[in-house]
Parts: sequence; C-alpha cells; structure tokens
Amino acid sequence: MAFRDSPFQALKTPLTWAAAAVAIMAALVALGLLFTDHRTSRNTGGYSGARGEFDEVMEPIANVLSAPARWFSGVGDVSGGYFFAAAQNRELKKQVAELERWRDAAIALKNLNLRYESLLKLRTEPAIPMVAARVVSDARGPFSDARLADAGAAAGVKIGNPAMSEDGVVGRVVGVTKNACRILLLTDVQSRTPVLIDRTNARAILTGDGGPNPKLEFVRGLNSVKDGDVVLTSGDGGLYPRGLPVGVAAKDYRGVWRVRLYSDRAAIDFVRILVFDDFSQMVSQAELADTAMPGLTPEEQAQLDAAKLAATRPKAPTATAQAVPTTAPPSAPASVSATATPGRPPHAAKTPAQIAKAKAALKSKRKIPKGAFQPDEVLASPLPPGDQR
Amino acid sequence: MSRAGAHNLTPWRWLGLPALAAMLATLLFGAPLRMFGIGLPEPLFPMVLAFSWAVIRPSILGPLTLFFIGLFQDLFWGGPLGLWAVALLCAYGLALGGRSLMAGQGGAVMGAWYGAACCLALGVAYLFATIVSHQQPNLLGVIWQFLWTAALYPVAYKLIDRFEDADIRFR
Repeated sequence: MAFRDSPFQALKTPLTWAAAAVAIMAALVALGLLFTDHRTSRNTGGYSGARGEFDEVMEPIANVLSAPARWFSGVGDVSGGYFFAAAQNRELKKQVAELERWRDAAIALKNLNLRYESLLKLRTEPAIPMVAARVVSDARGPFSDARLADAGAAAGVKIGNPAMSEDGVVGRVVGVTKNACRILLLTDVQSRTPVLIDRTNARAILTGDGGPNPKLEFVRGLNSVKDGDVVLTSGDGGLYPRGLPVGVAAKDYRGVWRVRLYSDRAAIDFVRILVFDDFSQMVSQAELADTAMPGLTPEEQAQLDAAKLAATRPKAPTATAQAVPTTAPPSAPASVSATATPGRPPHAAKTPAQIAKAKAALKSKRKIPKGAFQPDEVLASPLPPGDQR
Repeated sequence: MSRAGAHNLTPWRWLGLPALAAMLATLLFGAPLRMFGIGLPEPLFPMVLAFSWAVIRPSILGPLTLFFIGLFQDLFWGGPLGLWAVALLCAYGLALGGRSLMAGQGGAVMGAWYGAACCLALGVAYLFATIVSHQQPNLLGVIWQFLWTAALYPVAYKLIDRFEDADIRFR
C-alpha cells in the first residue's frame, strides 16, 4: 500500500517544531561546551584535543590563504615608504639623535649594573632562548583576540611561553601542537597579565577587554600612575620574565587607566616566542609531594640517644617525671615540659620513654631513612588546653 | 501543481554551499593583513546563514549545521568553545519564530528582522563572554562587529530570494 493511501497520509511532520527542538538541543550542548571549556588553562590537558587537531590542520591552510595578504601588506609598506620617504627620514634622524644619548647611558648603566651584581653576588636571570614564528591567522573580535603561529612543540614552544613582536609583548601561548601554537593576545577578554609601572614600581594587572587598549586594574598605591608612564611585565607569579616592554599608560574618557600597547604599532606578522620556563613549569610535583622532614639537630639526636638508653633500662614507676626537674609553667603537664626543646612548641615534646616507644613502633611499621626523623606519633599527640583552637 | 522547484532545494545547494562559502570568507578575513594601520574587519559571516536558513524553510539540518559552523568559528578565532554556536542558534530561533511575520514583507522589514537577529546573536555572545571571562568585552568592539555583520544583509536577502520559492510548501 502506498503511503498516500495509508491512514498516515494526513500526518504532517511539525517541521517548525522539530527544527526548534533541534536548535534548543544544539544550543544546550553548546552551552555545556562553553562552561566546560578552559582555553587559557595552564594545564596542557586544558587545550582540548579538538583545538589541537584543528590548529594542526588549519596552520598550513591559513598559511596559504594569508600569503596574498602578506604580499599586499608588503606592497603597502613599499608604497608607504616611497611616498613618505622624506618625512620618515626626518623622523628617523630625530630618533637616532635621541637614541644615541640613550645608548651612551645604557652602556654606562650596564657597566655599573654588572659591577653591583658581582659585588652583591646576585643571582641574575639566565638568557632566554627564543623561537621565531610567522602568524598565519588572526582573530580580532571583541570576544577573542588570538593568533595562530607556525611554530609548535617541535620547535620547543610550550604552553605559557610569552610572545613578543619587534615592538613589545604580544601575549602568551595557550595551546601547542606539533607545528603550530595559539597565542592569546594581551587584548583578549580572558587575558590577565601582571605588570609594573616603571617609574614607581607599582604593581597592577593588565586586563584585556577585546579593545585595542587593555585596562590597568588593581593598581597598587595612590597616584602611582600618570599619563605616559612606561608599563613593563612585573614577572610576578612567574608568568612572564620581568621587564618586558608592554606599553604606555593613558587615561580613557571615563578616567580608567589603560595601556597603549607597543605591539599595536605595527602588524603582528612575525613573533618571537620566549622559551621561558615559569614557576609552574619548573616545579617538580614529585618534589612537592615529598613530605620527608629534615634530619635531627645534634641536640635532638643526643636526646634521642638518651631516650633509647633510658628505654633499655628497667622502668621504675613514675621515675621519669620525678627525675627531671620541671621548668614549664604550672599549667603545663610536667611530663610534657620535661623534654621540651627550646624553640619548639611544648605540645610536640614527650618523655624520652614515649619518644623511644614511638620510634620503635614506627620502625616496626616502616624503614626510616638514616638521619630522617618522622615523629608522626609525637606530633599527633593531643595539644595542651592552651593551644587548642 | 508542479513540484519542479522543490527539487532545487537539495540540502547541498541551500545548506552545504552557503556554509562552505561562509567558512571560506571567515578564513580569508582571518588573514593578518594590516594596511596603513587598519586591519581587516571581522564580520560574523555565518549570521547570514542563521537568518536566511530559518526564513527559507524550517529544517532539522539547518540548526545542526549552524551548531558545527559555530564550533568552527570558535576554534578558528580561538574563542571559548560553544560561544558562537549558542549565539547563532539564538538568532536562528528568533528568525524561525518570526518567519510567519516576515512572510510577504519587503526588503526593509526583512532588514529590520535581520538587524534584530544580529543584535540578539551579539548580545548573547556578550552575555556569555562576560560570564565566562568575568570581564565585560569592549562595547565599541561589539558595535563595530554588529555594523560589519549588519552590512552583510544584502547577501542574506539574495540567499532568501534565491531559495524562497524553491519549495512552495514552506512559503
């Protein structure tokens, strides 16, 4: 029987409702993705597999598609250089005259600085290796400011590495694949960068909002910023090395401090990625998890030996408490104050016999490395009433 | 009644090709080109699809394709994953809900609806970007993107005009 002859022939698919239902379901899935995605996570796993695969595929495609843009950009630079050569020449001569003074000052200061460093035996920052990369795609909207560059893990780039143009800091790497990396710009709405004001050494957080000039938030100190102040990375938190040039402070029409970025002076077509290990990358989680306590001091070792000796002797009832004179305040129990080490909380002390018993019990449980003291039971003893919270 | 027009409304023609064109345009406008200090504008090309697909005819494939285009947009622009999918689907929902009101209207009224859909999409993106990043995106940037996206209305109108009569069951 043909469908048109069946009783279902009058059945109409409510297509509008079906489309609406699919749209709602897809929107709910997208919302789920939105609230579980962490694109700026420092953890490598935060840069999801989909993003990594997508960037790896898009890098060569975007590289080809952006080639005409690079040629046009070159033509623009050439034509601009040709038509404005005289004005540029005048400007450059002025800059050279000014920079020569700065060069002389820099040489003198560098010499002085090296002497101070050697006198004070300062531990200076090591040189940071760099990787050059070409930007192949560009997102400039108010909701995301990011660049895809053609250098990845194969070139030594890691998540968290800062990126600079020839003018100043551009942003930091938030995702790496084998041959590409995604750079989150300082202007991105999710970008937060610890910076300092060069003149006053005041700290602030540079907060992107999708516009060309990110905001200076949480500025420390009163009147610590004024128009034209140079803003540098502070190095706080180990995110960036200290002293990278960021831009110049300027107040907007609402009175909010913003930064005119140095990197905004020219197109960001090439970047230098600083292969810089920040704190979170240098710290070994295994070392942090190691909870072994430092070894005993000679005094503690002597007390422990005495306790061992006392433990081998036959015990007389209440002999320990009576034999050792009490020096603690009357509120503290005599047995606690008897072996209290100066500088240690009284609740951590016990009689030599108790310590020896604790050590023997611990030894029977696990092997204690030579020189390491793990007085679990001693520290776990109940606090005296005055110390309890 | 001739059904010849309906055969022209194959998914590949009215969904596939426009989707590819929107993605290609996004890729091309993502080039890091800057001349005389001005970069390329960044309109939301898939907005044309979100509006015109809902007007041409209701379809299950339409919102699904929009979802994937939104994800592509997020991945390509490096934004929060799902942001543009939500925004485009909201705009699609508005156009789908108002398609009976748009039927038989002229270009100006359709343009107003398109502008409203753009406003809704960017408003939703603004709201969720604020929630996710704990920071309000630059309003001037949003307005700028709205203007460039709204300027794509002639493309959306052309797409509607091309396929609206292809399947008269949905007129």
